[in-house]
Amino acid sequence: MSHVVPQKIYLLVFATLLLMTLVTVDVAFYNFGWLNIYLALVIATFKATIVVMYFMHVKFSPRLTWLFAIAGIFWMIILMVLMLSDYMTR
Amino acid sequence: MSKVHSAVAHHFEDAEQQREAATLGMWAFLVTEVMFFGGVFGAYAVCHFLYPDAFAAASNKLNVVLGATNTAVLICSSLSMALAVRAAQTDKVKQIVPWLILTIVLGLVFFVIKYFEYMHKFHEHLFPGASFVFEGPHGAQAQLFFTLYFVMTGLHATHMVIGFGLMLWLIVRARKGHFSSAYNTPVEITGLYWHFVDIVWIFLFPLLYLIGRA
Amino acid sequence: MTNPLQKSQDYLNAEYGVRSWFFTQDHKRIAILYLISITLFFFVGGFFAVLLRLELMTPQGDIVSAETYNKLFTMHGAAMIFFFLIPSIPAVLGNFMVPMMIGARDLAFPRLNLLSWYLYTIGGLFTIYTLVDGGLDTGWTFYAPYSSRYTISNVVPVVVGVFILGFSSILTAVNFVVTIHKMRAPGLTWFRLPLFIWASYATSVITLLGTPVLAITLVLLGFERLAGVGIFDPALGGDPVLFQHLFWFYSHPAVYIMVLPSMGVVSEVVTCFARKKIFGYNFMAFAIMAIAVLGFLVWGHHMFISGQSVYASLVFSALSFSVAIPSAVKVFNWTATLYKGEIEFRTPILYAFGFIGLFTIGGLTGLFLASLAVDVHLTDTYFVVAHFHYIMVGGAVMGYLAGIHYWWPKITGRMYNEAWAKFSALILFVGFNLTFFPQFILGHLGMPRRYYVYPEEFQVLNVMSTAGASILGLGYLIPMVYLIWSLRRPKDAGDNPWGSTGLEWTTPSPPTTHNFEKTPVVTTEPYLYDKKGSSE
Repeated sequence: MSHVVPQKIYLLVFATLLLMTLVTVDVAFYNFGWLNIYLALVIATFKATIVVMYFMHVKFSPRLTWLFAIAGIFWMIILMVLMLSDYMTR
Repeated sequence: MSKVHSAVAHHFEDAEQQREAATLGMWAFLVTEVMFFGGVFGAYAVCHFLYPDAFAAASNKLNVVLGATNTAVLICSSLSMALAVRAAQTDKVKQIVPWLILTIVLGLVFFVIKYFEYMHKFHEHLFPGASFVFEGPHGAQAQLFFTLYFVMTGLHATHMVIGFGLMLWLIVRARKGHFSSAYNTPVEITGLYWHFVDIVWIFLFPLLYLIGRA
Repeated sequence: MTNPLQKSQDYLNAEYGVRSWFFTQDHKRIAILYLISITLFFFVGGFFAVLLRLELMTPQGDIVSAETYNKLFTMHGAAMIFFFLIPSIPAVLGNFMVPMMIGARDLAFPRLNLLSWYLYTIGGLFTIYTLVDGGLDTGWTFYAPYSSRYTISNVVPVVVGVFILGFSSILTAVNFVVTIHKMRAPGLTWFRLPLFIWASYATSVITLLGTPVLAITLVLLGFERLAGVGIFDPALGGDPVLFQHLFWFYSHPAVYIMVLPSMGVVSEVVTCFARKKIFGYNFMAFAIMAIAVLGFLVWGHHMFISGQSVYASLVFSALSFSVAIPSAVKVFNWTATLYKGEIEFRTPILYAFGFIGLFTIGGLTGLFLASLAVDVHLTDTYFVVAHFHYIMVGGAVMGYLAGIHYWWPKITGRMYNEAWAKFSALILFVGFNLTFFPQFILGHLGMPRRYYVYPEEFQVLNVMSTAGASILGLGYLIPMVYLIWSLRRPKDAGDNPWGSTGLEWTTPSPPTTHNFEKTPVVTTEPYLYDKKGSSE
């Protein structure tokens, strides 16, 4: 049977997500130049990761699930990196 | 046919195999969704790389407060969905439906806010097409931004509608007493779907609303 | 010896009536439904090929106008690629054989399987509608901004049809991936799987990762066309090369979706008819996965002259060379399997021989196209057309026919007429080479593709090609006759007429609805043939 996550963990993840949303909005209004977008993406990635790990139970799931989740993300990155590598080297 | 304990379909050896298959199947489908949205995120990345100033100018036309509120609304709906799954897993059967209803309600709140945002964009002539107007030097590329904005948020909204449908179906089944700690796979995999939809928005929000704000 | 139960119930006579077929959840019946639909689309695509080859018999444009010609090659490509080649082996042979080869009673999601077929049919109907309503003239590649803005032909229905077809593919792929992971018989570890299963698995992985990108590309294209916006239109601030990137990200791996299942079939057929264990099983399995992965990293080789950066093109060129390596490993291993085997020259292995030789030629010519400088000269010429037809027709279709002829007795319980089968295999081989070899020469001499007129000096080669095409067409019609004719026989083919190893051959021919009354237990590696000619 699948693992039951304690309610406290869900609430902690929830609070973290709301907090990081505030952080990302706040950070956007400071001028870090080209770094801004990367900061936003790092924060978003962190938020997505805790949703995947806890809300989607991947932390407690078999390795096969991890493989599928990682493969999907990895392939999306291949698409973006190789496409951008064309535009960035013209 | 009421299923108090899940009937194992004839081609499966046991309930555990059936549950693992269903979960893996949803993950396989979510991989396709990652690539589907990945394609349009890729298009966004290319266009943003090519036209950073236009994207900043266009992004500033969006309302950060509404966008952030919507982000919070969806995060709440993810929590309520997770709690609906947990209720089924822990035999708190009477809680399943309320949590699902709350999830749908929060999703509808998201839609209401989105509706006001879209209406505002139409009135400002920011919907791409013949009536698009954008002052300043970046007109054509700003239209590119808004094309991506409407396509990406539109696809996201479509996925939310599908999510509503799935949750309504779950509510019908939950009221018939189908779900328990012995069998809750449909709730679990619908949860996976809904969390994915939330994750898409977690990325959409900064990429659309928070460009060039400093 | 025929199973005494055979006269009673198999999956074909378990239930009668139209409803029992259109609402079936039996993977074997769904495979038959697909067989019929795919064959129909094969002849639709073939019909367009006949018309365009007729036009190309003369240097002038005489039979059709330029605009009509554009529609002919577009519809030929779209019908063949999306509605025949991509689904063919997975939806017909895969649907039938994957559960049986792993000892399962059905696929993981039988209702989803039926839905896949319905989506295929609906997608096909949208495309047929376009045929009737003026056709499409953009090429099967739908390049923007011609497809999004300037063409007056019927883009949206085909785009919708292909989008729906994409869902059909994806659902089948989900089914295969989950089934292979979760429903293997006890003892059937990954490295005891038949290579057809490895191939079906890899194909499904490619489908899951690539098809959605085509789907979003079509959505963007449709939106552009309907709303008059310009992500891909330079006049409106967009970039046409962005369309090409997104399109080819799927459409290159798509060619591996088309060829990997054929490779799986060839492995099954070569071991059986050489009465020998496959040479280098582990490398064959790794090569299949390597082709699937590397196939995603080479799409830019379709865009060398499109304005892509030279540095990106260099990387794509190098990666394209690398994907030839696992393909070559497979060809070497099939050859090594045949070496010192006791070869029985039956129809399935004739098609497998055809595959090995013609796929090799197709693959080698791909290397010319992967070389940047040479590609500048050869791209968009008939050299490319010949290259991909060698792989797709000489390779994939031959593999499909090998599989049909190999598994026909299992699927129908009947054997076809061997003499006619061998004859049409020969006709196909001759017709195919006569059609497409001259096209390598034409391309090298500079004849562009997608042109309905050409300089006089190219006529002889074009006439040879058209003559070959008529022989090829005949070669495809003959199996239709003898295969259907075989259905008039009683179901007397026997459980295992080829003496093949593999779980699917331990069932009656045709199988019962549930395939296995008792789940088999596997204790050995696959392809354990002994030299005496019978399987262990």
